[in-house]
Amino acid sequence: MALGNATTLTKLFIVSLMMFGFGFALVPFYYKICEVTGINSGAEQVLVKNTQVDTSRWVTLEFDANTNAGMPWQFKPAQRIMKVHPGQLVQVEYEVVNTSDRAMVGQAVPSYGPRRAGAFFKKIECFCFTPQTLAAGERRRMPVLFVLDPLMDKDVNTVTLSYTFFDTGAQAKTTELRKVLPRG
Amino acid sequence: MSDAAHAHDDHGHHAHPTGMMRWLTTTNHKDIGSLYLFFALFMLFVAGSMALLIRAELFQPGLQLVHPDFFNQLTTMHGLIMIFGVIMPAFSGFANWQVPLMLGAPDMAFPRMNNWAFWLLPVAGFFLLVSFWLPGGAVAGGWTMYPPLFIQGGISYDLTILAVHIMGLSSIMGSINIITTILNMRAPGLTLMKMPLFVWTWLITAYLLIATMPVLAGAVTMLLTDRNFGTHFFNAAGGGDPVMFQHIFWFFAHPEVYILILPAFGIVSQVIPTFARKPLFGYASMVYATASIAVLSFIVWAHHMFTVGMPVTAQLFFMFSTMLIAVPTGVKVFNWVATMWKGSMTFETPMLFAIAFVCLFTIGGFSGLVLAIAPVDIQLHDTYYVVAHFHYVLVSGALFAIFAGIYYWLPKWTGYMYNETLGKWHFWLSVIGMNIVFFPMHFLGLAGMPRRIPDYALQFTEFNQIATVGAFIFGFSQLILLIVVMKAIKGGEKATAQVWEGAEGLEWTVPSPAPYHTFETAPVVK
Repeated sequence: MALGNATTLTKLFIVSLMMFGFGFALVPFYYKICEVTGINSGAEQVLVKNTQVDTSRWVTLEFDANTNAGMPWQFKPAQRIMKVHPGQLVQVEYEVVNTSDRAMVGQAVPSYGPRRAGAFFKKIECFCFTPQTLAAGERRRMPVLFVLDPLMDKDVNTVTLSYTFFDTGAQAKTTELRKVLPRG
Repeated sequence: MSDAAHAHDDHGHHAHPTGMMRWLTTTNHKDIGSLYLFFALFMLFVAGSMALLIRAELFQPGLQLVHPDFFNQLTTMHGLIMIFGVIMPAFSGFANWQVPLMLGAPDMAFPRMNNWAFWLLPVAGFFLLVSFWLPGGAVAGGWTMYPPLFIQGGISYDLTILAVHIMGLSSIMGSINIITTILNMRAPGLTLMKMPLFVWTWLITAYLLIATMPVLAGAVTMLLTDRNFGTHFFNAAGGGDPVMFQHIFWFFAHPEVYILILPAFGIVSQVIPTFARKPLFGYASMVYATASIAVLSFIVWAHHMFTVGMPVTAQLFFMFSTMLIAVPTGVKVFNWVATMWKGSMTFETPMLFAIAFVCLFTIGGFSGLVLAIAPVDIQLHDTYYVVAHFHYVLVSGALFAIFAGIYYWLPKWTGYMYNETLGKWHFWLSVIGMNIVFFPMHFLGLAGMPRRIPDYALQFTEFNQIATVGAFIFGFSQLILLIVVMKAIKGGEKATAQVWEGAEGLEWTVPSPAPYHTFETAPVVK
């Protein structure tokens, strides 16, 4: 009889341990059920639908890049063309390389075509907001984050964003460069 | 076998510590049963005092006696202690006393583990109570321990998690002991389907405990690691999901509410046949009904959380599965009534409490059915209607069955009859007081009064005042129980071995009081 009791004890103890594990197994099980049935999806709850987007309308964006005459920088957009809805949050990138053998400071200046589209081109983040300091031979990818205002004239269906880099003439000193570089 | 029994007897005579050490080191099932019952009685007065403080504050709208934060601590601790410190230990006390006596076994299967299982409880109770004096006070997030509140609190939240771990460990050890005793140590000839119904309900309850207590332990462990070790199970800021806690918690806590009521069914199923002087009607259907309630309890948990935002199909599933539980429960109520039908009934205190149980538990069951209807629950969720519902099933259900069991078996335990006049006073004051407290809460809930709130809108005043008056009647009438128990321990009319004219079963074949060692030679059941 004593042996029987020990066997029962062992079995019941193992059941207890398994149920402790089952408590934790409920965690992945819960997320799997939510995923399969599509309920309680975290992504859906967090990304609130942007009602400002005008999905009835497409606008073609063209990206252009230039450097001021004689400036030894190579400057080009990562993508030449894209189609967006007005109101949509858009991020694009430009790439710039300092081909000279010295550190230089440049400032990008945007222009728009047609000109009246510029007022509706709302930039949230842009590399043109600040002077860019590049070491000799340095290559950098820089983002522009913007929204086309849905109030933009209906007849505008293509907008060109063009940047031109100007050499600000300031020769970046090595010490200054150290201060600025970690940002890049 | 007889050698072993003899050796055990010798041991009992030689090394028998006295005083405090007797109780600390005891491995005797009767001693441990008494310890559980005294612990439950003490905690009943502790958590009951909290309830009276809550009701006193709610006597009038506005804030009179306690700070709102302390009020929340009171409601939380009242719930935790009443469940883990009163109802569950009281049932464990009955199991320890009665299961070996009813099975003809000399003791529980693992006496030393039995000692451990009990002595863990006062430690956990101490942790819970001492947290009132810690910085920030006791836990105030509700007994359900929902995050995010439970992740944000102070040191007492960690202490409460530890206390829940300890109480869970105690319950699991106790359950393993009870299952092993029932499966392996029955007297020869006592087959499973001949066992008294109290033993059957405890067997099923013990299985429920083993299946769900570890899940609770897992849930509070996740809370603990979320709080202290940087995990994000429930912390939304780290990608966790607080609603997931509710699912895991109620996966434990719905079976838990049956853990709190199945042994009550068992006690009432012993008491009613005794005083109706008829065998229990539909014994086999009682066993199957108990088992099906236990099985169904695992698939209904989300009816506690209809308002979290579930798809309609899930709401329908949990709504209908919940309603299905009414069927086996209805079978039980029918069987109790049928047992009394044309019986030669007498109305001693145990029978009065058992009859009150059948009537009032059924009211609580019906309000549970109302709450099971998902669209109604969305209106009534977290209102006083819910408070009324679960107090009808836990006070006039579980607690009244415990009272019935205490009056029923007290002469067997002490050897003296209790004072029947005082018992009747206790019964009538309890049953009237209980209904005055909790019946108006139905109306308060239907009118929209939220639970766990120290202040309320003026139109709720009258019903709250009635409830508070009832609470004080009910609360103070429990002092009569204390007097009855103390008097029956000291002396009184000597009880016979059978005690009650209609009582049947092995426990009534041993003398009253039951000797320290019983059934050292197993009786044979035909």
